[in-house]
Amino acid sequence: MNELASLFIRSAFVENMPLTLFLGLCTFLALSRRPGTAVGLGIAVIAVMGVTVPVNHLLFRFVLAPGAWSWAGLPDLDLSYLRLLTFIGVIAAAVQLVEMVLDRYLPALFTTFGVFLSLLVVHCAILGGSLFMADRNYDLAESAVFGLGSGTGFAVAVIMLSAIRRRLVYADLPDGLQGLGIAFILTGMMSLGFSAFAQVVAP
Amino acid sequence: MSPWSTLTDPILRQNPVTLQILGICSALAVTTTLAAAATMAAALTVVIVCAAGIISLLRNHLPSSIRLIMQIIIVASLVIVVDQLLQAYFYEMSQRLSVFVSLIATNCVVLGRTESFALHNRPLPAMVDALGNGLGYSLVLVILGSLRELFGRGTLLDVEVLRTVEQGGWFEPLNLMLLAPSAFFLLGGLVWAIRSWRPEQVETSEFGLTRVKEPGP
Repeated sequence: MNELASLFIRSAFVENMPLTLFLGLCTFLALSRRPGTAVGLGIAVIAVMGVTVPVNHLLFRFVLAPGAWSWAGLPDLDLSYLRLLTFIGVIAAAVQLVEMVLDRYLPALFTTFGVFLSLLVVHCAILGGSLFMADRNYDLAESAVFGLGSGTGFAVAVIMLSAIRRRLVYADLPDGLQGLGIAFILTGMMSLGFSAFAQVVAP
Repeated sequence: MSPWSTLTDPILRQNPVTLQILGICSALAVTTTLAAAATMAAALTVVIVCAAGIISLLRNHLPSSIRLIMQIIIVASLVIVVDQLLQAYFYEMSQRLSVFVSLIATNCVVLGRTESFALHNRPLPAMVDALGNGLGYSLVLVILGSLRELFGRGTLLDVEVLRTVEQGGWFEPLNLMLLAPSAFFLLGGLVWAIRSWRPEQVETSEFGLTRVKEPGP
């Protein structure tokens, strides 16, 4: 239990997807102009990562990993090179599923962030989460916690950045820094702040 | 548009990374050393050129309802090929790049170019455009990679350039350069530099202050 809690903290803060691993930066910067959209994006990422990482774990372990087909008399079959295609397929299906469920039961929420949901199919943080899970050999519980933790980390970071950028709307910046430039520098400062978390969990 | 400007426009004037915020996801993580950045840049350029060529050949046969998923599958297959090649011939480098080569599959530069250009153009212009964008992306990666390696370790491609204090020289390595925040600061600075040089790229502020003309003497 304790290990799972520390894995959650580590994936959410120490190895924060956008701030320390640079994953999912495209949406992180493009959709952080307004806090409202940032909250929608954050919730969508948590939902999709929480579903896809464990599902991909099961698929990887029982279908793709070397030796997974030994019960069928094929002990040498190693399908792990197909993991990228499989993961992308699962993510696309999961996004579609989350979309349908929201459309049916929470139409108000669906209209708020319907557009971002389909964007998440090509979201580096979500695919990266599944790939890290496969690389680090997490078990099922760890994958679920890792997915939720990474999603939470992304949500926290994007909401914080949108709040800061909201404040900067009235700032008188040099012309060249307006927009993208200052967003990068803000992200760098947040990243400096988050690097302090490395001390918190260090064993 | 002439083929030459199709090739050169994306390198500086419409750079995919600094102007269009595309593809930075994978651009920053691999720039701690120049060698890693250059490998990543080469891998992406190969993938984007091949993907643009294939998709452009298929453009009249792809129904628009499944075009996105087809593009993703084509790109992902190419990425798998590149990844396997790296693992076969440059094993150490592929270990250092870990999952980031696979993440080319979701790189917005690739999908952005195939979706907006290759689907509507003949193979040759599509591949030239893809090459231009690949080179534009590579340029940013190589600049960041060399700055971070030079000031973070005092080396360039593992060759000593600035002799560090540990080696009996004068240069104190800046450890910050090897950490995540420096990549953001450097890229922010690069965007600033390019936009000061080419003011037409400056974004207009939503609620900017109006410039008041200075009263004359």
